This record gives sequence, structure tokens and C-alpha cells, in this order.
Amino acid sequence: MTAPRDAYRAALAELAARDERIWCCDSDMGGLEDGFGRQFPRRYVDLGIAEANMMSVAAGLAASGKIPFVNTMASFACLRAGEQVKIDIAYNALPVHIAASHAGLSGGHFGPTHQSLEDIAVMRALPNMTVIVPSDAAMIAQAVAVQAGLPGPSYLRLGRKATPDVHPPGARFVLGRAARLRAGTDVTLVACGPHPVLAALAAHEQLVASGVSARVLDVSTLKPFDVESIVDASIETGGLVTVEEHSVIGGLGSAVAEVLAEHAPARLRRIGMPDRFCAQVGTPEHLLDTYGITGKAVAEAALELLADRPSEELIPS
Amino acid sequence: MTTALASRVRRHIVEMAAGPEGAHVGGALSAADILTVLYFDVMRVRPEQPDWPDRDYFLLSKGHAAVGLYAVLAERGFFPVGELGGYAQAGSRLGGHPTRAVPGVELPTGSLGHGLSLGVGLALAAQRDGRDNRTFVLLGDGELQEGSVWEAAGSAAFLGLDTLTAIVDRNGLQISGSTARRTGLDLLATRWAGFGWDVSEVDGHDPSALADVLAERPADGKPRVVLADTVKGKGIPFLENRKKGHYVTFTPQARQRALAALG
Repeated sequence: MTAPRDAYRAALAELAARDERIWCCDSDMGGLEDGFGRQFPRRYVDLGIAEANMMSVAAGLAASGKIPFVNTMASFACLRAGEQVKIDIAYNALPVHIAASHAGLSGGHFGPTHQSLEDIAVMRALPNMTVIVPSDAAMIAQAVAVQAGLPGPSYLRLGRKATPDVHPPGARFVLGRAARLRAGTDVTLVACGPHPVLAALAAHEQLVASGVSARVLDVSTLKPFDVESIVDASIETGGLVTVEEHSVIGGLGSAVAEVLAEHAPARLRRIGMPDRFCAQVGTPEHLLDTYGITGKAVAEAALELLADRPSEELIPS
Repeated sequence: MTTALASRVRRHIVEMAAGPEGAHVGGALSAADILTVLYFDVMRVRPEQPDWPDRDYFLLSKGHAAVGLYAVLAERGFFPVGELGGYAQAGSRLGGHPTRAVPGVELPTGSLGHGLSLGVGLALAAQRDGRDNRTFVLLGDGELQEGSVWEAAGSAAFLGLDTLTAIVDRNGLQISGSTARRTGLDLLATRWAGFGWDVSEVDGHDPSALADVLAERPADGKPRVVLADTVKGKGIPFLENRKKGHYVTFTPQARQRALAALG
């Protein structure tokens, strides 16, 4: 298992060795100076603990033909420096790529100041912004390479600690496409990010034991959103359960609800952070468990959906 | 030459503010001489090729002074002077804050406190590429209340960006009154110097003094700030140094009086 940060940094260094335009903008994240900074000193800058300035500086670099990757925590990227991201990066459609660590509850015991449960909602609402939520180290490495080739800005949502791989070896990251990790016909579990995808896979196992065939989709691109896979799931399975390490407002659950409401209505349950701040101290796993972002909760939601399923005979034709 | 030009620029500002939406007249007039000197006497630009790689960069961090910038860009030949007549009207490229749709506008501004950071990015790219393009950023003195300005100031100093020049249009007024206490005007030179900048002070309505100080490049690896003392509403006596001159929609009569005052 590789920590998200290490997977990202290794991928970035590899790309930078091939492409002179790639820069690394640091905000005192630790470790980048000795890594990227030592390898590519002319393309590394530590702007200090000043995230708003860093975003605009990166915009200036991008306007000069550079491809900057900016490094900060998700909280600071999406809200503290949010206006700089909106105006200087997104509005100008400049290729600045935001690598945001400590997303979701991965900040764990550091508390709500360092947790980020609204970043997808913010970034998804910005025109021109690509939003990527990789689910394992292999996907991170591929996502970084895709980001570097984008004409506009992107947001890479990273956790903090290593998690098991969820994709088979050799699986490809395709921007804008959900990966079908398990086939199924009764219900679809839609997840994004490492823990939620693991929860969906665990739920799949539990459901199999109950004789339920659950499809599992890993939606690693929140924007552009894979409308087709969601519509297919709506038509081909009896309902959808979303699971995310993010507020139930504005993230994956909302994106799926928007697609269903406009294109293919289906029953939906959203598993995610309830509309509240995290009031507990603990490991990310403890917090996920506390707020019900677990395989068990996903399986229960799926079974509820199926139990509530209107009888085919009662639906007027 | 520049004085006559600045006078024409001021007349354009009045005409735009006599349109249906009005304009941020006071801060455009206080900056008119600075903008004119920059574009006619100091900056390396090619109006027929706004993206000329050897150009000097300009950012209007006090983006609400857009009408002042538009007037100067038009006079300098970036787009036809006649286009100024459409200011703020449907279909025009000229809105209340500058966007990249306007030839000569490097990056859009309007939300205060962004321009100096953008300038740090442009200057840093030039520094690392070994290019000698200069970067000029015009800030308002009220704008210095935005904390991000000081994040930018700190980073420019420790990066040694000596091709970066900030100009503070120190007209002493913001919407609700004096900037003196809110910005700490009496400490301004000390504050910039404390952040590691080379500080100059100049009469912001003296074209030759402005040209001299802006043409100079500091030799000691420091970014440079020029504190330009200006008068808000400069050139129109009934607006000068008055709060009400911040945003003005001229009636036909007031337009006549303003133009007469400009001579």
C-alpha cells in the first residue's frame, strides 16, 4: 500500500522529468522541498503558509505557459483560497492543478479545521474545473498524468493514509468514466474515494450473502460527470445507493440525484457525512464508523431500497 | 505630450461615466496620470500584438478603475477609441471591471487583493526563464486592507523579484471615507520597507517624476513599490477629495461642467 501523498509525488516527479513546463508550488507542506525541490529547483517554489497568494501566483505562472501543481490541504484549497481559485484559476481556465490532501475525514483527530467535507461541492460548482477523486494509489498515479495534459484547471482530492488497492492490477483511469468494479442487476452502489469504494465493495459481499446482486461503480471523476453510467444503472438496476466521504449536500450523492431527476428517475439513498460538523476525536476509520459511512450502512440502505421496491404488478402500464 | 494625453484620458472617463451605468470615476481620475505614463513612457508594449512575448506586464489590481485603463489602452491603440462609447452596455467588451476580452488586459481583476499575487506569478516565471519583462501592478490604498496583498508582498520579497513594481494610488479615500487609519497611511512606507521592498514616494500627478521613478529598476534584488500621492477625482474640482466622487453617473449638466473643468 502506498500513501496518497507518496503516489502523487512520485507521479508528479516522473512527469516533471519529461515535461519542462511542470512546476510544483508548495505551501509549507513538508517533504516537497527535499523531493521535487531538489530534483527540479528552478520549477519549485515554496510560497509559505499563504494559500490564497499561492493560488494566484500559480495562475500567473500558468498564464506564462507553466503547468503548476499547487499543494495544500483540501480545506484551505476550497474555502480559504476559494476566491483565488474561482477568479484567478477557474475563470481564466488556466491549467493550474490543485493537489488537495487531508480530504474528507482523513484528517482524523486533527478535527474540523483540517477535515474537508464540502470541497467537492465547491469545486464542482466552478466552471472549467475538473474534479478527480481517485480511489487508490494506482488511480492517483494515472490521474496526475491526465491532469498534466488538461487545457484547464483541475482538483485532485487526496486522503492522508494508505488504503488497499480497489482496482485490479493494470486497471486504467479514464477521465469522466466511472469504473464498474462489480457487476450486478438488483441495485447499484455508487462510490468515490478510497474508504467509500471499500465500503461499497464490503457491502457488495454482504449483499451477495443475502442473495442480492449489487453493481459497484467507482466514480473517480466528479466533473465531468459520467451521466451515462448512472442512467444505465437507473434503468438496469432497481435503485442506487451513493457513498462518499463528503457532506451529503453537494457531492457525489447530489450529482447522482441531479442525473436521476433529469434523465432517469430511480430510488436513491445517500450515505455520507450528515449535515453537521464532526464532533468526535478519533481515527478516520472511527469517524467514518461514527457517522455511518460504512459497508454495513451501505448494505442496509440497499436492502431497504429493495424492500421498498414497488411491486411490478402495482405499477400501471 | 503626456499631460495632453492624460487630459484626453480624463475626458474619456467623464464620457463613460455619463453613460447609463456611471463609473468608478474618482479612482480612475486619481490613477489617470500613472496609467498614462506607464503606457506611453515606461512600459514595453506592442498594441498591435498584445501578447508580444517581450512585453511588460500590467495588472490593474484596483480593477474598479477600469474606465481609466480602457481610456489609456484605447489612446495607446489597443482598440479603437470609438469603442469607449459602448462602455457597460450590452454587447460591449468593456465592463465595470476589466476582463481578458479587452485587448491589452493581461488577467481580469476586480476582486481586490488579487493583482499583486498574479504579478508575483508573472514575475517569477520571467525570473526563472531568464526573461527581463517587467511587471507593474497598480493597487489602491484602500485595497491594502486586504490581507492577501501582504501575503504577496512577503513572497515577492523573499523570491527577490526585482522586475516587479507595485504602484499604490494613494488617493486617501475609500467609499466610506478616509483610508488614513484603516490602511495606516502614515506607516505605509515603513510597512513596505519592513516587508523587504524598495520604497519610493512620488507625486502621482507629476508625469515626469512618475516617468523617472517608474523607469528606474532597483539594483539590489528587491521588488519595488512606488507610493504615488494622488487626489481622488483629480481634475474635476467638484469631485476632488470627495467621498461622493467614488462612483458617479454624470447627468448631462454635470458632464458639461466636468468637461469644462478639464479644459
